[in-house]
Amino acid sequence: MPRVAMYQYDEIDQRAVDERVAQFRDQTRRFLAGKLSEEEFRALRLRNGLYIQRYAPMLRIAIPYGILSSRQLRKLAHIARTYDRGYGHFSTRQNLQLNWPRLEDVPEILAELATVQMHAIQTSGNCVRNITTDHFAGIAPDEVVDSLVWCEILRQWSTFHPEFTYLPRKFKIAMSGSPADRAATGVHDIGLMALRSDAGEIGFRVLVGGGLGRAPMVGHVIREFLPWRHLLTYVEAILRVYNRYGRRDNIHKARIKVLVKERGPEAFREEVEAEWTHLENGPATLTQDEVQRVASRFTHPQYEDLPNEQVERAGHDPVFWSWLRRNVHPHRVPGYAAVTLSLKKTGVPPGDLTSDQMDAVAGLADAYSFGELRVTHEQNLVLGDVRQRDLHALWVEARRLGLATPNIGLLTNIIACPGGDFCSLANARSLPIAEAIQRRFEDLDYVFDIGELDLNISGCMNACGHHHVGHIGILGVDKNGEEWYQVEIGGSQTRVPGAPAALGRVVGPSFSAEEVPGAIERLIEVYLEQRDSDAERFVDVVHRIGVAPFKERVYGNANPRRDNRERQLAAA
Amino acid sequence: MATLIRGETIANDSWLLLEGGVARWLAVGEDGFVPDFPYQADLIAPLALFQVRGFELLHRFGRTGIVLEPHEDPAAIASALELVPLVAVRFPKFGDGRGYSIARLLRERYGYRGEVRAVGDVLRDQVLFMKRSGFDSFSLRDDQDPDEALAAFRELSEEYQASSTQPQPLFRRRQAQEARAG
Repeated sequence: MPRVAMYQYDEIDQRAVDERVAQFRDQTRRFLAGKLSEEEFRALRLRNGLYIQRYAPMLRIAIPYGILSSRQLRKLAHIARTYDRGYGHFSTRQNLQLNWPRLEDVPEILAELATVQMHAIQTSGNCVRNITTDHFAGIAPDEVVDSLVWCEILRQWSTFHPEFTYLPRKFKIAMSGSPADRAATGVHDIGLMALRSDAGEIGFRVLVGGGLGRAPMVGHVIREFLPWRHLLTYVEAILRVYNRYGRRDNIHKARIKVLVKERGPEAFREEVEAEWTHLENGPATLTQDEVQRVASRFTHPQYEDLPNEQVERAGHDPVFWSWLRRNVHPHRVPGYAAVTLSLKKTGVPPGDLTSDQMDAVAGLADAYSFGELRVTHEQNLVLGDVRQRDLHALWVEARRLGLATPNIGLLTNIIACPGGDFCSLANARSLPIAEAIQRRFEDLDYVFDIGELDLNISGCMNACGHHHVGHIGILGVDKNGEEWYQVEIGGSQTRVPGAPAALGRVVGPSFSAEEVPGAIERLIEVYLEQRDSDAERFVDVVHRIGVAPFKERVYGNANPRRDNRERQLAAA
Repeated sequence: MATLIRGETIANDSWLLLEGGVARWLAVGEDGFVPDFPYQADLIAPLALFQVRGFELLHRFGRTGIVLEPHEDPAAIASALELVPLVAVRFPKFGDGRGYSIARLLRERYGYRGEVRAVGDVLRDQVLFMKRSGFDSFSLRDDQDPDEALAAFRELSEEYQASSTQPQPLFRRRQAQEARAG
């Protein structure tokens, strides 16, 4: 029995992924033989994770709710090495993307994945996508409900759901079991916040209609407390209303958020409730037995009985000390900690990991964390169950691998989509912008002084880099064939319990690529001048004093653009 | 002529989809009458036509079915369901998934036991999910190979969800099985 804290397939789960591989192998064969049109094959390949991208196909592999075993990571390393160029990219939806597979090889890749209980099912296409959750699920001290079991129940429910295979548009569900909402439930098609009632019963606060992309919106609460038994029937009622009435005439208006907005959240809620009266207490109503069955298929780490360690600052490398402060997180079990391996080293595209690094990280997971890993939506990896007394040894090894940059929660922990370097949808590149900003902020003490700051970059309106909820968000735009960048400030995906997600506001006219780092620098200057104390974060200052003082500094008074250029030249 | 699959075999089709739009069948001719329906044929009528001339359609020798467009609400024919042995649902494009919900509603909400037929852009790679949603006959698009379509029904053997073919979700069937075994 593996020691990892993850769901183990039973025979039926395994058969489902095996049969799916055979089905897609046949579909690919028919496409290559000219028996399936481009358009018909497109719908089929997308729901198996396969895009045709700018330079090559892109395969998006599901990492259900972000949990990965060392064995699976080694398989991913092997696949990237054998079928791709020896690296993979962790995305903001806790998935792994390969940028250079050959179409002909994809069925074989899927078959290899199936041998380690993995797949690429419904990682794209107009269907229910991979369900995401808190990367500290099951280990966070502030957790109210362990969301993993519920995520797995939803995964099985959504897999090959016959009624919802051709929705108007993609559909993303996120769940959080902690009020800190590290899963950003406010910006998903359905957000589920797991709670406990006063009587101790588990239930969910249900939000609908949140989303990023064009017309970003924060979701509306349509149920304050949905008892757990009704999880599937209620979600099914929402999906049915959306499937029947969501717009199909315009791809840009097809997400559920548009339907919720057009009908009004209250009217939408009434429609869902009316639909639900027919499904309530129906066969899909969950049972205690089923919840226990799924829970029992999760293996759990055998924690040792350990005391909490007191790490003394004196005598330690200051960089280790910084790493402890930024990359090490509290754990519900005494003597243990969660550790973020930063995939945000300057000069490396955010979220990228080579096959050799994957193998090495799998080794770290085996040595230090029961062979289990988590993928974060900030595109980092987490070792969830590290003994506190092993932290220094782990740091030494992680540092050797270039995965110990002490920047979690800080400005240089940039979220970025693959952008114009890879993606055919992008208007602009995002990776060089991320690198230029990281280089501008290379002084670690300065970055520490700035404190908690989320900086997110998307290469187009589709917002895969979640720029709307970055404290600073950068959006690539195309102007007459040139790449320009719009800057937003004040967004927040909520990591403060109780605070809703907030969307950023555009500061002003967009910048050229060269201008971006300077503009960020001036935003930071304003913040450092204006903050009450270092407890007040950048985003708090934006909310307190508004966008105007930032705008003034960034653009100056008279001719913002020219002024900008002159400052740049003077600085150069 | 589209091939029909019914009960997972290739079947003969006696049904005729009334073409020419609703207007043709509601237009008053020079003789002052709307056109007569063929008396013997089994006819599938658009909802709008059925709502106006349903009485005449039903009082012929041939049988009468109704075809729903994806935007039409099956609630509109709830009271007529016991009168018609067939309801067709049109897929204008295979990617338009509204018909799946319509079929489930027909079966599960309105308890319809007659034939539910998929018509329009009905392709081999979608028939399995159509079947699980409640369709039991499939009028394939002309270019589709019917033998390949039959193979599609066997591609995925298990379904997690409650559906029209499996009224109990997998977890309830599992529980029942364990209860029997235990």
